[in-house]
Amino acid sequence: MPKVKIPRKSTFVDMTAMVDMGFLLVTFFMLATKFRPDEPVQVVIPSSTYSTPLDKDVIIITVDKDGKVFLGMDNIDQKKDLVERVLKGAHGISLTPEQINLFSLQASFGVAIKDIPAWLDMKPDEMKKQNGIPCDSTGGELFEWIYNARKVNGKARIAIKADGDAKFPAIKNIINVLANEKTNAFKFNLITSLEESRMK
Amino acid sequence: MADLDTSSSGGGKHKGGKVRGKKLSTRIDMTPMVDLAFLLVTFFMLATSLSKPAAMPVTMPDTKQDGTPPNLAAKSKVLTLILGKDDKIFYYRKSLEDNPEVGETTFGEANIRKVLLEKKEEITNDVVATLDRQDPIILVKPMRDSKYKNLVDVFDEFNITDLKRFVMVPVDEKDIEYLNSKGLLK
Repeated sequence: MPKVKIPRKSTFVDMTAMVDMGFLLVTFFMLATKFRPDEPVQVVIPSSTYSTPLDKDVIIITVDKDGKVFLGMDNIDQKKDLVERVLKGAHGISLTPEQINLFSLQASFGVAIKDIPAWLDMKPDEMKKQNGIPCDSTGGELFEWIYNARKVNGKARIAIKADGDAKFPAIKNIINVLANEKTNAFKFNLITSLEESRMK
Repeated sequence: MADLDTSSSGGGKHKGGKVRGKKLSTRIDMTPMVDLAFLLVTFFMLATSLSKPAAMPVTMPDTKQDGTPPNLAAKSKVLTLILGKDDKIFYYRKSLEDNPEVGETTFGEANIRKVLLEKKEEITNDVVATLDRQDPIILVKPMRDSKYKNLVDVFDEFNITDLKRFVMVPVDEKDIEYLNSKGLLK
């Protein structure tokens, strides 16, 4: 009987289609990802079961675990408007257009108002050292910022992004700034990360 | 003309003309490329989903109404939670004038959630309270040494147990005195 010959097939598969798909996905994820801006502080936000995504037009008050307060606004033009209002209006400090531009490019800031011009002249790596916006039980400078930010854009949502280990009095000072009749921001958001294990 | 050798015109195989290049396959090994592509896919996939923040809406009572929490018509519906040090929660029903019993609990499914669900159940069975709305009113009073995380966690528990009426109020000196008199604060 003649032997049946099994034809030997090549193990080489055409991967072109796979590569096409792979890079299509890479492109999609690259474009869809919004990279985190370079923040002056890292905060570990607590998790919750709330899943409402954060809107685009938002003012974020960041609190680190030592209670330092930072302010961020995502609209660059409004940020320029805000810094001019606060610095020129009440404090008589004027900034050069370059300084205003540089300020608007910062993701968030935590510097006392009188130190802002000097801070903007620092080298980029020195700018990361910030002591937070002065904020006490009466509001301090944070009140001025929020009050003016509400004037610049009254529709922007205000969100508090605080470290889980931040002490409550620091948060309370901020809530006091938000929830009074002058700033009129009784509704605000707390930023949390989504925790699925507790959804049950 | 005759000495111009174009070599391609056949014939002299062993002459010093150009060696004909071997026809190479146009197929290249794409395995490393695929590896890299999928590595990037994995990276972007994980990076995107992990850094997705969620917003927890909070509404504070309007201070124009002399700073007191909304009218607490039915005292029997009120549950006060006092957030203390080291993730402790003290809770009591009704108000301090009634000399309530203070319970101590902590976060988690078996602790605070149970307290909240019990309160909810109690209200549903309460005839007087059912005349109005059936959900309890929760007052959250964070003490000075509580952490922000405690506040978020307790709000989160309200979301899980589907409690809609809660309000954050500053902790009273009376509350602290009362807890002290019960020997709960050390």
